[in-house]
Amino acid sequence: MTVNLNSRVPAGPLTEKWDKHRFDVKLVNPANKRKYTVLVVGSGLAGASAAATFSELGYNVSCYCYQDSPRRAHSIAAQGGINAAKNYQNDGDSIQRLFYDTIKGGDFRSREGNVFRLAQISVNIIDQCVAQGVPFAREYGGLLANRSFGGAQVSRTFYARGQTGQQLLLGAYQALEKEIAKGGVTMYPRSEMLDLIVVNGRARGIVVRDEITGKVEPHLADAVVLATGGYGNVFYLSTNAKGCNTTAIWRSYKRGAAFANPCYTQIHPTCIPVAGEYQSKLTLMSESLRNDGRVWVPRRKEDVGTAPGAIPEADRDYYLERKYPSFGNLSPRDIASRAAKEACDDGRGVGPGGRGVYLDFADAITRLGEDKIRERYGNLFEMYERITDENPYKVPMRIYPAVHYTMGGLWVDYNLMSTIPGLHVAGEANFSDHGANRLGASALMQGLADGYFVLPVTIGDYLASNRLEPVSVDAPEVKAAVADVQARTSKLLSIKGKRTVASFHRELGHIMWEKCGMARDAAGLHQALEMIPKLREEFWQNVTIPGSGDDFNQTLEHAGRVADFLELGELMCRDALHREESCGGHFRVEHQTPDGEALRNDEQFAYVAAWEFAGEGKAPLLNKEPLVFENIKLSQRSYK
Amino acid sequence: MNLTLQVWRQSGPASEGKLTEYQATDVSPEMSFLEMLDVVNEKLAEKGDLPIAFDHDCREGICGSCGMMIDGVAHGPSRGTATCQLHMRSFTDGDTIVIEPWRAQAFPVIKDLVVNRSALDRIIQAGGYISVATGGAKDGNMIPIPKLDSDSAMDAAACIGCGACVAACPNGSASLFTGAKVSHLGLLPQGQPERYRRALRMVAQMDLESFGGCSLFGECMEACPKSISIDVIARMNRDYVYASVSAVEERALGGEG
Repeated sequence: MTVNLNSRVPAGPLTEKWDKHRFDVKLVNPANKRKYTVLVVGSGLAGASAAATFSELGYNVSCYCYQDSPRRAHSIAAQGGINAAKNYQNDGDSIQRLFYDTIKGGDFRSREGNVFRLAQISVNIIDQCVAQGVPFAREYGGLLANRSFGGAQVSRTFYARGQTGQQLLLGAYQALEKEIAKGGVTMYPRSEMLDLIVVNGRARGIVVRDEITGKVEPHLADAVVLATGGYGNVFYLSTNAKGCNTTAIWRSYKRGAAFANPCYTQIHPTCIPVAGEYQSKLTLMSESLRNDGRVWVPRRKEDVGTAPGAIPEADRDYYLERKYPSFGNLSPRDIASRAAKEACDDGRGVGPGGRGVYLDFADAITRLGEDKIRERYGNLFEMYERITDENPYKVPMRIYPAVHYTMGGLWVDYNLMSTIPGLHVAGEANFSDHGANRLGASALMQGLADGYFVLPVTIGDYLASNRLEPVSVDAPEVKAAVADVQARTSKLLSIKGKRTVASFHRELGHIMWEKCGMARDAAGLHQALEMIPKLREEFWQNVTIPGSGDDFNQTLEHAGRVADFLELGELMCRDALHREESCGGHFRVEHQTPDGEALRNDEQFAYVAAWEFAGEGKAPLLNKEPLVFENIKLSQRSYK
Repeated sequence: MNLTLQVWRQSGPASEGKLTEYQATDVSPEMSFLEMLDVVNEKLAEKGDLPIAFDHDCREGICGSCGMMIDGVAHGPSRGTATCQLHMRSFTDGDTIVIEPWRAQAFPVIKDLVVNRSALDRIIQAGGYISVATGGAKDGNMIPIPKLDSDSAMDAAACIGCGACVAACPNGSASLFTGAKVSHLGLLPQGQPERYRRALRMVAQMDLESFGGCSLFGECMEACPKSISIDVIARMNRDYVYASVSAVEERALGGEG
């Protein structure tokens, strides 16, 4: 074991850790803050909130995004809501309960200290967002409204119609623009981070390609924050935006940052099924729909081709309500997804190819009226109709699971710092809070907790505790990083082969979905570990990238990202193969209970698997951070 | 179905552009418009030709990246729909489709169908926010907001910043975009202290960029993928006029003006 996996979770009672830590950290004098430069890569919830808050504190900030405006980061697409332990509904919620639900939802594979802090901060996030003018849904009395999400028996989810992510991101984006106007943040849109610059063992900058001019330049700083999102696009088809990629965290991994639990992937149960070969992405239908929609398939295979309305009640299998009576349709995502797959594998799936289940609103419409349903989910119903040409007020939606979120990411300690000093990682890009499965409406919570409230405290501690010598653009490490990026770009452009970038991406995605998707087994993972390196080799010999590197070239951008996915995919399979247990989104068919639930092995696998890059062509090294549970008793997760 | 595309190709900001013809064959009606372009692009790449550049990201109608003039209509023939959510079932076999970038002085072309919309960010920088720093916010339920106000604010806040309103406007005005933000924040109690100063500054910035004036044609509302109403422009004008005549620029006001 070579990397240091000290989690730095403060000692003492759970409820006092964060307060104690905030008192113990070193502070940077207000007058000195402007002497420090911090780079924030990514402008989603975590990145925009961190960049804005750093600037408010007085730091000198640069922020980067690959889109043409920071407002377009993929946080914008989150639909359903954001959790907070406000207990406004008086239904028994508390910080302790949100903490417990999150740990249990993650199948006991996350750190107690981090998760408790997240639950504590959740209440401040709502206050902050309201103050910024986020138009959360309200009751007639003017107070904030809530709804329920999977894995919880309380209503703690705050929402803005089906566009919660958009409204929260616009809040953070507006705060960011406010700071840009004041001169505290320099924004670099259409800019992609292609490498990390490490000097004397510390992260001191990044190499950035300007997507319009193709210019590759180093940007130097005192600390770097990666808030670059997840890597679900390794599967080609996912609910992620087309541009979402692993490049920033992958290149940082190759510079020494440990990559934790890469195999923990969330497959979301309610997405619009695949329609054809040309399909470029999958569209999510918010989990909030499961508040009022009932999931079912025909009880008998013979009824699969029958119109849903013609199948009598008695011949329908509301399988989530049957299998999990206490959580029913609001069972957590991993469980609901597997149950859908099981029903389809059993030959009872509906729609083209038999890969779909019904999400039916008929009961809710009868009970509440169509208007109420329209008010709650109107925009989602419209989106569904636009894509499928079917009216979900009249016929049940057809849904199927799709890749949605990655719980794995760069390993970070309690300060959200990676194994490279000075490199901090926030939001989906880190591995920290969701264990092996994330609960609905918790990604927005974590992104904003990291950016608004955690990093602004911990980054100051890092800057105040370390003496950082100035780095020159002429330093050998800087020049080498820039040269590496340029060499890689030239190499990609020089191949001039016969296969398109997209065709490689699709093939990789197919391998990942079949072998490292909703259900995994050793044989399939071994096959994938043979197939991926071969595909990667072919990519580097036969990919075709028209155009040059000196101007706007979207194919070149895509090629760089696919090249990294081709390496990451292998690490994911390796991690999935080594974890000889099932937990959360990681389901190894060899390890299940007699009734088909995930079977954990706490004795051997209650740890974070942090993989360390060992050099090109060498097997990565496995490091383990044991998970210590002082406040929660590990148990078989049950939603029955 | 088979379609003929006339696509605007322009290699860079300073180059001349022109319409180039492509054939889109075996198009499925279930495809989105962008997926149809993906297939055309992949065929181009296989031949070593430069694919058509266009902005896109989420492909679910919320990020606001995509946008093109389709037969002269911003985001194409379906109302309330961004280009990524437009499906090929809206077209008929044998159609010829003309595809161009947003046409507006304030949105210079970068390449093909990709334009520079940074002027919209600068309008937000001028005042499209509530000046609260992180921390110190009081409990969210301490500010009760009538449901109607909150709903109206949300209607305006639904703007995705795609720029279709500008492209659709004969004057190239950004009034729907700016009015939407002025209204979203101005309708909420939290937005009152900066309400008039915000309207003044955002309108001034809009004028500084190369956007045209608003003549209330209403084309913007027709093109808006979120169907934002031009009522937001009336609201912006009201706040702007009030602010101008009362010279409230640096004075904080509370409550309805």
